[in-house]
Amino acid sequence: MGKRVLVATRKGLFTLAKNGAGAWGVETIDFLADNVSMVLHDARDGSLYAALDHGHFGAKLHRCNEAKRDWQEIAAPAYPEKPEDCQDMDMWGKPLPWSLIRIWALETGGADEAGRLWCGTIPGGLFRSDDHGASWELVRGLWDHPLRPKWMGGGADLPGLHSIAVDPRDPRTVRVGVSTGGTWLTKDGGASWNLGGKGMWALYVPPELMHDPIAQDVHRLVQCRAAPDALWVQHHNGIFRSKDGGQSWVDVKDNPVSTFGFAVAVHPAEPDTAWFIPGISDQKRVPVDGRFVVTRTRDGGKSFDVLSRGLPEGQAYDLIYRHGFEVDTTGDRLVIGSTTGNVWVSENQGDDWQWPRAICRRSTVPVSSKIEPPANLTGRCQTSQSPIRKSSARSRRM
Amino acid sequence: MPRVVFAPVLQRHVECPPVDVPGSTVRDVLDAAFATNERARGYVLDDQAALRKHMLIFIDGERIADRVQLSDAVKPNSQIYVMQSLSGG
Repeated sequence: MGKRVLVATRKGLFTLAKNGAGAWGVETIDFLADNVSMVLHDARDGSLYAALDHGHFGAKLHRCNEAKRDWQEIAAPAYPEKPEDCQDMDMWGKPLPWSLIRIWALETGGADEAGRLWCGTIPGGLFRSDDHGASWELVRGLWDHPLRPKWMGGGADLPGLHSIAVDPRDPRTVRVGVSTGGTWLTKDGGASWNLGGKGMWALYVPPELMHDPIAQDVHRLVQCRAAPDALWVQHHNGIFRSKDGGQSWVDVKDNPVSTFGFAVAVHPAEPDTAWFIPGISDQKRVPVDGRFVVTRTRDGGKSFDVLSRGLPEGQAYDLIYRHGFEVDTTGDRLVIGSTTGNVWVSENQGDDWQWPRAICRRSTVPVSSKIEPPANLTGRCQTSQSPIRKSSARSRRM
Repeated sequence: MPRVVFAPVLQRHVECPPVDVPGSTVRDVLDAAFATNERARGYVLDDQAALRKHMLIFIDGERIADRVQLSDAVKPNSQIYVMQSLSGG
């Protein structure tokens, strides 16, 4: 096993692997023609989880042993009965549906929490399972928080919980990101929650709400495994980083391409190393100048490399959503899945990229990607970095 | 006894052959049908037990009116068709 990339797409779950010649290709296709909205590899027991969005028939969840591929449908998170007198409204003043619309995040619990899973959903509920997904419980501590009704749609009509970071030092400490609803922290396994996000700012709300942590549209939140207080956020209006576990955030302004985007990845052992995939702005969600690039900082955001070797030359308009970018447990291998249906893999921290032609010819539309923790990774390729661009062509902020 | 028939497209995901079940409302007959096929319930009804947004139910050729309480009346010889709506894409 190892050296595999799981690519969840609207056309199924594609597993990529390297052939003898070192080229990436499709090894397995599961759920062909079904919309796989999320995939999770559980290294604790070798399980795979796939979330399916059947549209007409709702969101479902399946589990298998990664070697046997013996997929079986398991319970999907379900919201409890909505009380008749409940005044829970959406941003249009209509009753908020207490019903699973999409599984938008799946993460494993701690290393010593066998069977514990976390699931983020649209319309915003966070669920927890302690039996490998056989049953789920809505995390009422967050759902019933008095500030939760202030969440709004962002990325979808209704609020969505898309990022879950379980602290490896203490898995009862969990941080989540919400579009839109900011960043949240629990230290007691979900019983109680605090809103973080001091320092973030937003331009899509009136000035008096600009710095309100609840108004922040966090596109993606990621955590450094070796230094869990180091967090990075790709936000609707910029890039932010935190060194104190998400209580306060610093605006990272000096990305030479743009600070707009959806995706971010952080190196698992180097908290100052993070990658971003910029677009022009929220109003123009395409690469700057039609040049599809990855940016990387190694110094906590003071400077950035612009990485493009192996990525499309010339006109390219791929967009990478929040779950379409992943780094593996070594920090060397990265994978990108675009809304246009392309996949790129790097095995040297983004210096060089390979395009697995087999999957791209199928015109898939990746919506999320995961890299299995590889047991036999190759060593890091020693290649030169792309030149650091010092220009300040920051994206127009809206 | 009313007969509940599920759309063929649903069979790709969960087996649900036609069933003859007792009941005088849509809710009655669906509850009876799902009593022996619990997995199918979640494909037709949402978390609040209302009909999913892009599903339709016809009773003897007439589309039901109450998608939330499922209170439309069912006759002893009614044919209830559970279909997917084209509105879902």
